[in-house]
Amino acid sequence: MNKIFEVPLYPYEHSEDQDAPSPVRHQVAVIGAGPVGLAAAIDLAQQGIGVVVLDDNDKVSFGSRAICFAKRPLEILDRLGCGQPMVDKGVQWNVGKVFFDEREVYEFNLLPEEGHRRPAFINLQQYYFEQYLVDRVRELQAEGKPIEIRGRNKVSAIGTHPDHVTLEIDTPEGSYNIEADWLIACDGAASPTRSMLGLDFVGRVFEDNFLIADVIMEADFPTERWFWFDPPFNRGQSALLHKQPDGVWRIDLQLGWDIDKEIEKRPENVIPRLKQMLGEDVEFELEWVSIYTFQCRRMEHFRHGRVLFAGDAAHQVSPFGARGANSGLQDTDNLVWKLKMVMEGKAPESLIDSYDVERVHGADENILNSTRSTDFITPKSLTSRLFRDAVLDLSEHYEFARPLVNSGRLSVPCTYDESPLNSADALDGPERTRPGSPCPDVPLKDGFLLDKLGDRFILLTIDAEAPDHIEEDGVAVERIALTLKDDSTQALRKRYLGESDSAVYLIRPDQHVAARRPRYDESLFRAAIRRATGKEAH
Amino acid sequence: MSDDLILSPNIDGADDFYADLLATHEGLSKEESDALNARLILILANHIGKRAILTQALAKAALNPGEDPS
Ligand SMILES: Cc1cc2nc3c(=O)[nH]c(=O)nc-3n(C[C@H](O)[C@H](O)[C@H](O)COP(=O)(O)OP(=O)(O)OC[C@H]3O[C@@H](n4cnc5c(N)ncnc54)[C@H](O)[C@@H]3O)c2cc1C
Repeated sequence: MNKIFEVPLYPYEHSEDQDAPSPVRHQVAVIGAGPVGLAAAIDLAQQGIGVVVLDDNDKVSFGSRAICFAKRPLEILDRLGCGQPMVDKGVQWNVGKVFFDEREVYEFNLLPEEGHRRPAFINLQQYYFEQYLVDRVRELQAEGKPIEIRGRNKVSAIGTHPDHVTLEIDTPEGSYNIEADWLIACDGAASPTRSMLGLDFVGRVFEDNFLIADVIMEADFPTERWFWFDPPFNRGQSALLHKQPDGVWRIDLQLGWDIDKEIEKRPENVIPRLKQMLGEDVEFELEWVSIYTFQCRRMEHFRHGRVLFAGDAAHQVSPFGARGANSGLQDTDNLVWKLKMVMEGKAPESLIDSYDVERVHGADENILNSTRSTDFITPKSLTSRLFRDAVLDLSEHYEFARPLVNSGRLSVPCTYDESPLNSADALDGPERTRPGSPCPDVPLKDGFLLDKLGDRFILLTIDAEAPDHIEEDGVAVERIALTLKDDSTQALRKRYLGESDSAVYLIRPDQHVAARRPRYDESLFRAAIRRATGKEAH
Repeated sequence: MSDDLILSPNIDGADDFYADLLATHEGLSKEESDALNARLILILANHIGKRAILTQALAKAALNPGEDPS
């Protein structure tokens, strides 16, 4: 049987652009059909903006890569019309166990908060994730939306101009050129776009290697995340076991720095290691084995004129905490509505600079968390190992030490505090919904709140009066009126009101809060809309 | 302040504290780090002050629940 990662998903096809006498102009070109490029393209096409995705390959991404997808990206995927297949296929988990040496030191439960449509996490192979995104692209094409994926189209040169970019593309039938008003570079950690533009990518390399294996086995390990520090089967190193759909298990084994990757990767060396870990009699088959070195780094800026960087091309983190693809989806979620408004002439081009400000902040938060986890897992000095082991020893006996154990702080969305798009907080409300925050979900009489937000500006009123529509300088805002009378679970009150009796929220197309006040005030909300679209400084 | 040693999570921003702790040791030799740890323990002990609590802390740190006087 062919595996989905072996089958071309978007095989090469000849495009009319290749026969055009002069380069055809597109609205947006996206380089890279990884998770981030596909999400960007779907978001654009869904909103009627023409987009062509270029990828030098024709299959889903190779190697054992992302498996853990967090709630916020699933909510973004709901807005993109493809969250459901991911959740249907994905494995949900809540319990984690931590082992040190030969002992289980403690167990934790993520105890996800009730009243959200989506779970805290699912585990799903990156190849399924990408496949479902490609399925969504095909669906949009069937609806006549302006989106194309061109497989085996390798971008080999980029020319930048004040109001467009030019691309030279190599294909099996030779090369051709196109132009685009905007370019989104989602071409991964090794981003050729970055190199072609001569841009920096600085940060830290962790001097360590990890063997990442996906194995297929019929084993009765529970659906939990198991993490080992210094286990007997991998002395002085760490290990992780986590379940994926289809009886596939993700295994990470830390190998240390001085190894020969090619030798370690050979099945005759991998299999005995895994047998030591899983037990001699467990039958398994290797789906995939890769050896990675991890890095935490980012570009200084994610916008360079008409070229925008997103996903691993813009920032890279070690995988402890599952922040790679998860944060890449938050990049395009942040970018696409801004790009659309600018392209439609409803906002000044400077709105796009807020993408840089907000997502650089997000990347820094992710890099900080991933760096700390990596330092805990692979202590870089005697003293840090001493403290690490002390924390683990204490965690077995005393609850206080458990929050200090860091085998990955799992991805949570970033709040854009200090964003130039925020208006000052004028509500004595909960901290989690202050301006800059992603809206938390709430169960309503007829579904969930987040399904009603997104793609446009919303005025959310809770027991407060406001007009049903306002338009400010071309930006249309639509009201959604809620009342505590329908809030049987108290989630609305707890998440959006706090001590206040009423509230009015201005919510951005990416479901982040731009402004909030106890009551509607015409001129203040008009100012907030201008501010949230880059038209007014503090 | 009670005479019971707190053993439930009690540090605000635990990850930040842990990072600061390691940063304080960055670049030190083994001996220098040991000395820093010793000074740190004495400073914290002085801050706590209460003998009853310090006694419990000594016993807990020894990880000998059997000989725990508390
Ligand atoms: C072991 C491991 C575990 C991970 N676990 C997680 C996890 O649990 N959760 C999580 O969120 N993330 C995880 N990640 C990170 C995640 O895999 C990446 O963040 C994610 O793939 C980034 O997506 P992307 O679209 O930015 O880039 P990529 O997936 O790298 O896609 C880039 C695309 O660009 C194309 N391309 C490159 N150059 C050109 C060119 N010149 N012309 C045309 N196309 C080009 C490539 O073919 C590729 O398809 C993990 C990574 C690893 C290695």
